Amino acid sequence: MEQLIAQLKHEIIEVLNLTELAPESIDENAPLFVEGLGLDSIDALELIVLLEKKYGLKFGTADEGKKILYSVRTMAEFIRNNNKG
Amino acid sequence: MMVDPFVITDFCIIRQNRVVKNGTTLFESGETTVAGFMTAIYRHFDISYPKFHKMDNLSKLGFLAAELLLSHRNLKERYKGDKVGVILSNAASSMDTDRNHQQSISNRLDYFPSPSVFVYTLANIVIGEICIRHGLLGESTFFIEESFNPGRMHQYVYQLLEEEVIQCCITGWVEFDSSRFEAVLYLVQKSDIHPDGIAIFEPAKMNEIYLQRT
Repeated sequence: MEQLIAQLKHEIIEVLNLTELAPESIDENAPLFVEGLGLDSIDALELIVLLEKKYGLKFGTADEGKKILYSVRTMAEFIRNNNKG
Repeated sequence: MMVDPFVITDFCIIRQNRVVKNGTTLFESGETTVAGFMTAIYRHFDISYPKFHKMDNLSKLGFLAAELLLSHRNLKERYKGDKVGVILSNAASSMDTDRNHQQSISNRLDYFPSPSVFVYTLANIVIGEICIRHGLLGESTFFIEESFNPGRMHQYVYQLLEEEVIQCCITGWVEFDSSRFEAVLYLVQKSDIHPDGIAIFEPAKMNEIYLQRT
């Protein structure tokens, strides 16, 4: 799990062009939106694309999406629990 | 003697790996890529605006030119946000980003368009980025021209100023297409407030500044 979290941090920095951030400065438990990294709606779409493109995962509803994209840890849990590999 | 009502108080040129403000070279870089050059400008001038890294090339170029154009001007102090306009132009529109987007959707088997690329597939987004950064809410327009057309830009901006739709304007040319890039921005204000303006606001002076060797 910790390895997946570390990998996700790198991927988030890359797809969202957060080039001024170091992976270790991202708190995996902190909210990704508004607080925490202060991401916006376009970033949310990029994270959805990341989950689909890299992990082949989609989520059904907006409410489900909010829970999954809450933090790096919730994203990692979603990936682990739905791993198709 | 009749005094010209509007003057160019500042200008900023970014081209050929140089940044020139009001005739003085502020920065030169040996960077071999445009992206590297723009990041070098960002770092050299100690700009802190994380969203910069998410912008497309056209917006980065316009953002940097505006940042340096306004570096010694506090527009917020002097003008209400809706009294500052941004009127820009270029030839390539958002073609550079349009190509990136097109590439991401050309393969039906690998169809993953990037939302953060797609949002920049309009040339006027660069105006939005400048307005967000500086709190500007006035008239904004982006013209697509075959080449820099000081006559049209002057006519449009002059009318907005004369009719007091705006009291101050950021105007000029922001072009980015593949490795070809060029930004020439002018800050135009009233001459009674700024009698020491760099040049009268007229097409010939705009062109003279545009053609300056950098």
